[in-house]
Amino acid sequence: MTDVLQVLSEQGDIDNSLIPDLTEERMVELYRQMLTVRQLDTRMLNLQRQGRIGFYGTCKGQEAATVGSGAAVGPDDWVFPALREGGVLLLRGFDLDKYTAQLVGCALDPTHGRQMPCHFSSAEHNYVSLSSVIGTQINQAMGVGWAMKIKGDKNVCLGYMGDGATSSTDFHAALTFAAVHKVPTVFVCQNNQFAISVPFSKQTASNGIAIKAHAYGMPGVAVDGNDVLAVYKATQDAVARARAGDGPTLIEAITYRIEGHSSSDDASRYRDDAEVEMWKKRDPIERFRRYLTAAGLVDDSVVEEIATKVKNDVDAAIKAAEASPMPSVETIFTDVYAEMPAHLREQRDQTLNESGGGENEGAFPL
Amino acid sequence: MAEITIVQAVNDALKEEMTRDDDVVVLGEDVGVNGGVFRCTADLHEMFGDDRVIDTPLSESGIIGAAIGMSLYGLKAVPEIQFSDFIWPAFDQITSELAKFRYRSGGQFTCPVVIRTPYGGGIRGGHYHSQSPEVYFTHTSGLVVVVPSDAYDAKGLLKAAIRSPDPVLFLEPKKIYRAPKMEVPDDDYVVEIGKAAVRREGTDFTITAYGAMVEVAMAACEKAAEKGWNGEVLDLRTLVPLDEESLIASVTKTGRLVTLQEAPKFCGFSSELSAIVAEKAIDVMEAPIKRVAGFDTPFPYTLEHVYMPHADRVLNAITEVMTY
Repeated sequence: MTDVLQVLSEQGDIDNSLIPDLTEERMVELYRQMLTVRQLDTRMLNLQRQGRIGFYGTCKGQEAATVGSGAAVGPDDWVFPALREGGVLLLRGFDLDKYTAQLVGCALDPTHGRQMPCHFSSAEHNYVSLSSVIGTQINQAMGVGWAMKIKGDKNVCLGYMGDGATSSTDFHAALTFAAVHKVPTVFVCQNNQFAISVPFSKQTASNGIAIKAHAYGMPGVAVDGNDVLAVYKATQDAVARARAGDGPTLIEAITYRIEGHSSSDDASRYRDDAEVEMWKKRDPIERFRRYLTAAGLVDDSVVEEIATKVKNDVDAAIKAAEASPMPSVETIFTDVYAEMPAHLREQRDQTLNESGGGENEGAFPL
Repeated sequence: MAEITIVQAVNDALKEEMTRDDDVVVLGEDVGVNGGVFRCTADLHEMFGDDRVIDTPLSESGIIGAAIGMSLYGLKAVPEIQFSDFIWPAFDQITSELAKFRYRSGGQFTCPVVIRTPYGGGIRGGHYHSQSPEVYFTHTSGLVVVVPSDAYDAKGLLKAAIRSPDPVLFLEPKKIYRAPKMEVPDDDYVVEIGKAAVRREGTDFTITAYGAMVEVAMAACEKAAEKGWNGEVLDLRTLVPLDEESLIASVTKTGRLVTLQEAPKFCGFSSELSAIVAEKAIDVMEAPIKRVAGFDTPFPYTLEHVYMPHADRVLNAITEVMTY
């Protein structure tokens, strides 16, 4: 394993020589966002268990890797998420009501309930729609970065992936192309140790992910993924390199997925409780809270205040989404092409005229 | 007016569109300094430079993934897949990503990439340089699939594809890349996507064809004329969205249909045409529909002249529908 960058120790003690350039307000904001992600995870997983949403994939345990990296890019930069980076979209100012609307799949969802939960999309926030197919977005993130370079813009692109994606052909192509053409894309791998049930040791015989970067001809950086300040710093450095025209970087954020892969997965089938318990003790939110408290940026009452506000905001957003009707049947047929061709108009008209067709009422049937 | 080949027509279209719009970029294997293995991108590198005419590393998935990203960011990427037989590593990026961005993002993100790729047999290319993969893509919602059959259409349809807001798979019939030549206007023009063309007017039977099969259909009609049967040739030009109206109009006139494609028969594009006619115009039909196609085998090297549909095989089908 290469050296692993750490700014905050597991106890929350800071290495002052590595402290990143963040205002106090921004630090507290990052804490609030990590807590929002955790609260969404708790509530949405429960909603899924109650049959109120169809699917959910948590970020639990990885909040520092998601929020720390996402915080290091600006509004004109682009983000290609994988499954667990929804928090980056919130960090970029996305409306929490629309976020829960996507999870519920209702009419408030800007993507009309077309994808299963956690597949967010917002052009306004340069946060690109993802598919569920592993690794495809890495190539696209390379392409966006390349276009930024061709157009002479000083923007950068973040391309996220999990450890499983590093075995995909798209990973290989993306890193090859990006390095050859000095593309301003920063690749962020959240190594959470499992691709569904397959442990990292069965994913690759490589000594970590970061080391792979060297053969492609770019820097590789391993970072403690449960340390929000370290993830922020590593990403900020890579973004600065990319912006300066020095090309891509591969960041490996070493972390752990506390829950199952998704609401459909029972992780107890393939891993030890002891291992999970060990990682729970490395909780990224608690670690950051200890630091913020010790540094005098928050006290217990502020922490409590933030927690209450986050809980209330998430509750209100869920309520708003669940009050929204289903998307109209028409939306099955729109946005396939710029203009609806004749055969789709025919299918739409037929569907709208079917008895029992039109607006559906009632609960989400999954 | 200049007399040009399809290769020159493609090259002219690219030059004109790249001159018209600085956002148009070409990328692929050997498309830069070398000008493409079929010379379709000749001179472009010299004219437009490294940033707009890009030799990529050898990965089809990487090429299409890059093109998607470029187009999401506002460039108009025109990637070349060197042979359509090599397109499969990019199949996921094309069918599941490129074709779905508009839909899955609620219209927020679009990537109107134009993928150019030579397809089809007749060049002694063996299995891996001869296939006709169109139906894998016509089955994909969100993609436009275009197949020109001559130089005029190749230029006009490619220019229309580059200006289209939708992703387009542009299949170039390489058997007729360099012959015959055809007079093509020097002026800027486009051929509308989604419109078939009647290449030969007739009253007794209809043959549908596209790409390199159009000239086979024309030759078969000449042979049929010797027997006193007057055939109509409908060149589909765009497979998706299909010009269903022209198909129904033609069979309504003739009452008989022979479909022609060089791709394998089973679940081929002609099967869809047959189903549409059966659903919407069975009452005007005077004979069963006949499909002439490649065989449901891999594409052979030595015996490709037997595999590929030829005028005599088409004439047999015409005879069957005319004597039913």
